Amino acid sequence: MANPNIIGGNRYSRGEMNGDNRAQKAAKIPKGQLLRRLWRYLGGNRLLLILALFLSVSSSVLNLYGPKLSGQAINAISGAGNVDFPVVYRCAFLMAVFYICSSLLSFLLQVVVIRLSRRISRQMRRDVFERLTTLPVSFFDRYQTGDIISTITYDVDTVNQSISTDLLQVLQSIVTVTVSFWMMLSIAPKLVLVFAVTVPMTIFFTKWLTKRVRPLFRRRSAKLGQLNGFVEEMLSGQKTIRAYGREEAVLKQFDERNQEAVDAYTVAEANGTITGPSVNFINNISLSMVCVFGSVLFLRGHLLLGHLSSFVQYSRRFSGPINEFANIIAELQSAFAAAERVFSLIDAQPEVPDAEDAEELTDVKGDVRLEKVDFSFVPGTPIIEDLSFHAPPGSMTAIVGPTGAGKTTIINLLMRFYDTDSGCIYLDGKDIRTLTRASLRKAYTMVLQDTWLFHGTIYDNLVYGKPGATMEEVVAAAKAAHIHSYISRLPDGYNTVLSDNGTSISKGQKQLLTIARAMLLDANMLILDEATSNVDTRTEQKIQDAMRKLMQGKTCFIIAHRLSTIRSADHILVLNEGKVVEQGTHDSLMAQNGFYSSLYHSQFDSVS
Amino acid sequence: MLQLKKYILPYLPIILLTTLIKLGGAVMELLIPDLMETMLDVKVAEGDLQGIYLYGGLMLLCAVLCLVLNIIANRMSAFSSGKITKAIRHDLFRRLGTLSAAQMDAMTVSSAESRLTSDTYNINQLLARLQRLGIRAPILLLGGTIMMLKMEPVLALVLIALLPVIALVVCFVTKTSVPLYTKQQFVLDKVVRVVQENITGIRVIKALSKSEYEKQRFHNVNDELTQVDQKAGIVTSVTNPASSLTLNIGLTLVVLIGAFRVDAGACKSGVIVAFLQYFVMILNGMMGVTRIFVMWSKGEASAKRVAQALSTPDDLTVIPAREPEPDAPHIEFRDVSFSYTGIGKNVDHLSFRLEHGQTLGILGATGSGKTTILNLLLRLYDPQEGKILLDGQDIRSIPYETLRKKFGIVFQNDFLAAGTIGENIRFFRDLPQEAVSQAAHHAQADFIRTKEGQMDASVVMRGNNLSGGQKQRILIARALAGNPEILVLDDASSALDYRTDSLLRKALRQHYRDTTTVLVAQRISSLRHADLILVLSDSQVIGAGTHEQLMETCEEYRIIAQTQMGDGKEGA
Repeated sequence: MANPNIIGGNRYSRGEMNGDNRAQKAAKIPKGQLLRRLWRYLGGNRLLLILALFLSVSSSVLNLYGPKLSGQAINAISGAGNVDFPVVYRCAFLMAVFYICSSLLSFLLQVVVIRLSRRISRQMRRDVFERLTTLPVSFFDRYQTGDIISTITYDVDTVNQSISTDLLQVLQSIVTVTVSFWMMLSIAPKLVLVFAVTVPMTIFFTKWLTKRVRPLFRRRSAKLGQLNGFVEEMLSGQKTIRAYGREEAVLKQFDERNQEAVDAYTVAEANGTITGPSVNFINNISLSMVCVFGSVLFLRGHLLLGHLSSFVQYSRRFSGPINEFANIIAELQSAFAAAERVFSLIDAQPEVPDAEDAEELTDVKGDVRLEKVDFSFVPGTPIIEDLSFHAPPGSMTAIVGPTGAGKTTIINLLMRFYDTDSGCIYLDGKDIRTLTRASLRKAYTMVLQDTWLFHGTIYDNLVYGKPGATMEEVVAAAKAAHIHSYISRLPDGYNTVLSDNGTSISKGQKQLLTIARAMLLDANMLILDEATSNVDTRTEQKIQDAMRKLMQGKTCFIIAHRLSTIRSADHILVLNEGKVVEQGTHDSLMAQNGFYSSLYHSQFDSVS
Repeated sequence: MLQLKKYILPYLPIILLTTLIKLGGAVMELLIPDLMETMLDVKVAEGDLQGIYLYGGLMLLCAVLCLVLNIIANRMSAFSSGKITKAIRHDLFRRLGTLSAAQMDAMTVSSAESRLTSDTYNINQLLARLQRLGIRAPILLLGGTIMMLKMEPVLALVLIALLPVIALVVCFVTKTSVPLYTKQQFVLDKVVRVVQENITGIRVIKALSKSEYEKQRFHNVNDELTQVDQKAGIVTSVTNPASSLTLNIGLTLVVLIGAFRVDAGACKSGVIVAFLQYFVMILNGMMGVTRIFVMWSKGEASAKRVAQALSTPDDLTVIPAREPEPDAPHIEFRDVSFSYTGIGKNVDHLSFRLEHGQTLGILGATGSGKTTILNLLLRLYDPQEGKILLDGQDIRSIPYETLRKKFGIVFQNDFLAAGTIGENIRFFRDLPQEAVSQAAHHAQADFIRTKEGQMDASVVMRGNNLSGGQKQRILIARALAGNPEILVLDDASSALDYRTDSLLRKALRQHYRDTTTVLVAQRISSLRHADLILVLSDSQVIGAGTHEQLMETCEEYRIIAQTQMGDGKEGA
C-alpha cells in the first residue's frame, strides 16, 4: 500500500503556513484507499464481523419463515366449521417460537453491531490521539485545537454511526437482491429486460449524485471543524473578550462562521436527500413498466397471470433494497468525508523518527556544544544565525537579549522540539540527532514561563515528572518552592483539584508549582526560561537557596530579564536579532561597555 | 426539546408545511400499489389494453409527484433545521460568551465547547430526521390500523390491545437512555479536556517524556466513553426487537382467534390474509416510530444540556443607578472584601481612592490578591462586602457596555487569537488604522514594522510564533488602542527587558497623561512613580503611599527595593 504520508496537500503536513490557517482542508483521499483503510478497522474485529453476518442471515431466514407458517395456518382455516385446529395450533405455536427466536437474534445482532462500531470508533480515537502525541511541537502552533477536537469527536462519531447502521443493511440488501433477481429471471427473462434499463439508470444516477455530493459533505465537515476551532479559541479568551466588552463583535464573527456552517450543511443535506426520492422514482417507473409490459405479454399469451403477480411481488422486493442501498450510499458520503478528516490527521507528518541506531543517552555529563547553528521558521527570515557556543558540564550559561532576539528558540533547539536548518548541537560530544529524543529530553529539567497545569489534584500535578514520589519528597519540594504554606491553607490541601481556568490560583503560584514539580526531578541539566517572571522579588529571593541547590552540579541554561539573577553565570550569551553579539562573564562584558552593559544599566535608568 | 420550543415555534408553519408535503408524497407512494392492484386484478382480467395504458400512466404520474414532493420536503427540512440550529447556536454562544468568570469556572471551557458543537449538532440531526422520517411512519401505523378496524374490528382490537405494551417498552427505554446519553455527553467533555490539555502542554509533556502516560490517560477516558456509548446503544436497541416481537405475538393471536371466528362463521378466511398484508404495513410503521424515539433520546439529552446552559441566570446584574456622590475620586474601593471560594478572604477590607490621571501601583507576594483586586475593579466578580465606585457611582449600577468601554486591560498571560497582529490589537473594535499603529508605537511594538506584512503579519494559535516580550507589547498596544479612561496592566511587562520597559513607561507618561492607570508589577522600577502604591501580603494591605513614603514606613517595601536597586548600585 502506498505510504499515506506522501499524499499531497495534506492539511496537516508540515508546510509553509499560508497566513489563513482557517482554510485548512482535508486531503482528498482516493475512494479505494479510503475503503481499504476503513476495511482494515473492520477487519481488525473479524470475529465480531463474522458473528454479525451469521446472526443477520439467521434472523432473516427465521423472519422469512414466519409468513410461510402463517400461510400454512391460513390454508388450514378454509371456512366456517371447516378449520383444522391441530394444524392451526401447531403453526401458531411454531410462529410464536420463531418470532421469539428471531427477535432474540436481532437483538443479539444489534448488540454485536454496536460493540463492533464502538470498538472501531474507540480504535480510531486512539489512533488519532497516539498520532497527536508523536507530532512535532510546530504542528500545534499551526492548527486550531477546536478543529482537531472536532475530528476526534464529531468526525469519528459520524463514521461510527454509518458503520453501525449502514453496514448491515448493505449486507442484508445484497442477499435479498440476489435472491429476488434469480427468481425473476426464472419466471420471465423477458420482463427482466425492464431492469436492464432501470438498474443502470440507478447506478449512473447514484454515481453522478455521489460525485456532486461528496465535495459538499467534505465542505460540511470542514466548516463544522472551523466553527469548532473558532468556538474553542474564543471561549478560551472569554475573560479578555468580556473585559473589553467585545461580546457582540465576537458574536458577529461567530454568526458569520455559524452561517457558513449552516449553509454548508443545508446545501449538502438538500442535495444528499435527493437520492432517496429519485431512486424511489426510478423504481416506481420500473414497476409501472413491469406492470404494463407484463399485462401486454399476458394478453398476448406469453405469460400466466399467476406468474405476472409473483413477478411483480419479487420486483418490489428487488427494488426495495436497491432503494435502501442508494440511500445508504448517499449517507456514506458524509461518513467518507469525515473519515478523510480522521485519516488525514492520522497521516500528519510525525516528528522525524529517531534514527534506527539512535543511542539511548545514559550517564549525562552535560557537555553542550553548538556549532554554526542556523534556524528559521519561515525560509528566508532567520531566527538564529551562525550560533556557536560551548557549555562545559556543571556550568551556568545565561542567555540575555531584548525580546524577540531568539532566546527561547535556543531552548527549543537544545531539547530538539525543532531541528536546526544547518549546523550541529552536541551533547557529551554526540550529535543530538543520533540520540533518542526521549533520553535527550529526559536529560533536561525544564521550567518555562508558560506554566502548564492540568485538571487534577495539586499532588498529581507535582508528581507529574516523577510518579511514585513520596509525600515527604513532594512536601519538601513544595516547601523549597515556598508554595507549601499556600497549599496547606487550602481546604483540600494537596488534594485540591485545579480547574481549567483556575481563577483562584495566581500566575505566580502556578510558576511556583511548576518549580516544585521541577525540584522533584533529578536530570543533569536544567533549563529555566523566565521561570520566576511572575513571582514577586521577595519570594524569588526566598526560593533562591532552593534554586541554587537545584542548579548545583548541573549544566544550566537560564533566560531571565532580571539581570541580577544572571550575574553569577559562568557564561553570558548576549543575543540580538538571532545573533550572538557579545559573550563572556558579567565582569568582562561590563568592561567591554557594549550592548550588555547598556542593557544592564537600562534597568536602573529610572531608579538612579 | 420542549425547553427549546421558542426556537422551533417561528419555523412551525414551515415544518407543518413540510409535513403536509411529505404527507402528500406518502399518499402518492401508497397510491401506486393500489393502482397496480386494480390494473392487474381488473383491467388485465377484462383485457382492457387502453385501461392498462391509462393505469400505467397514472402510476407514472404518481411516481413523478412523489419524487417532486419528497425532494421539496427534504429541502425544506434541511432549511428549517439549519435555521433553527443556527438560532440556538447564536443564543448559546452569546450566553456562554457572557458567563461570569465564576460560572465559566463551574461549567468548564471544554463542556461549554461541546455544548456549542456536539450538542447542537445532535439537535440539528434530530430536527432534520424527524421531519424527513417522522410523518411516514405514523401514517403507515395509523392507516394500517384504520383499515384493519374497518375490516374486522374484533381482530383489530387484539392488535390494538397490545399497543400499550409497546408504549411501555418505548417509555422504559427512553427513561433509561436519556440519562445515559446525558452521561455520554459528560464523558465527552472529559475527552475534549484531555485532548485540549495535551495540545496546550505539548512542550512539557514531550520534555518529561510523558507521552505514554498521557496516552494512558486518554485511553481511560476513551474507554469510559466507549462503555457509556455502548450501554446507551444497547439499551435503545431493545426497542425494535421488543416491539416487533409484541406485534408478531399479536399476529399469532390474530391467527388463533381468527381460526375460531372463521370456524364459528363470524368472518371469512380472506380477511386474515388481508390482515397479514396490513400487518406488514403496521410493523414498518412501528419500526419507524421506535426509530424516532431512539433519535429523540439522543437529541433530548443534548437539548437538555443546551437548555440548561441557555438558562444560566445572569449573576452580575445591573442595579438601579443613584445620583453620583459629589467630589468623588475617579476610582474608589470602599471597604471591599472578597473570596473566590467562601473560605478565607482573597481581598480583606480594602479601601483606597484614586483621582483622574493618577497611577496606582500594586506590589505584593505571589498569591497575595493583586489580580483579584483587578478582577473586582473590572467587575468580573462582585465583592461580598463593600463597594467599588467610579466617579462616585457604584460599578454595579453602571451599564455593562459603558463600564467596559472605560478600560484598557492586559491580563497576565493574556489571550492572542490566530489572525494578524493588526486584528489582535484592534480586537473586534472599530478602530482607525492610525490609532492602531500609534498604540503599537507607544507600546514599543516597533518590531511589527520589521515583520513581513507588518500589521498583517500572522499570529498563530495562542501567539506561539511570537516571543513573550512581543506578545506583551501587542497586548499593551491592544489596551492603549481604545484610548481608555482607565488602563489596567497586570504584570504586563514582565517579559520585557528593562530598557524596553522603561521606554514604555516614558511613552505612557507622555501620551496618556489623563489616563488613570492601575498596574501590578514585580519591579519597583515599574511602579516607582505611581501616586499610590499598595503593598499586599496575604490579602492584607501592609503598606500604602508613594515610593518615598513607603521607603520610610514600610519595611517589606524597603527590603524589596533594596534587593532590586541595591544590587544595581553595587553593580553599576
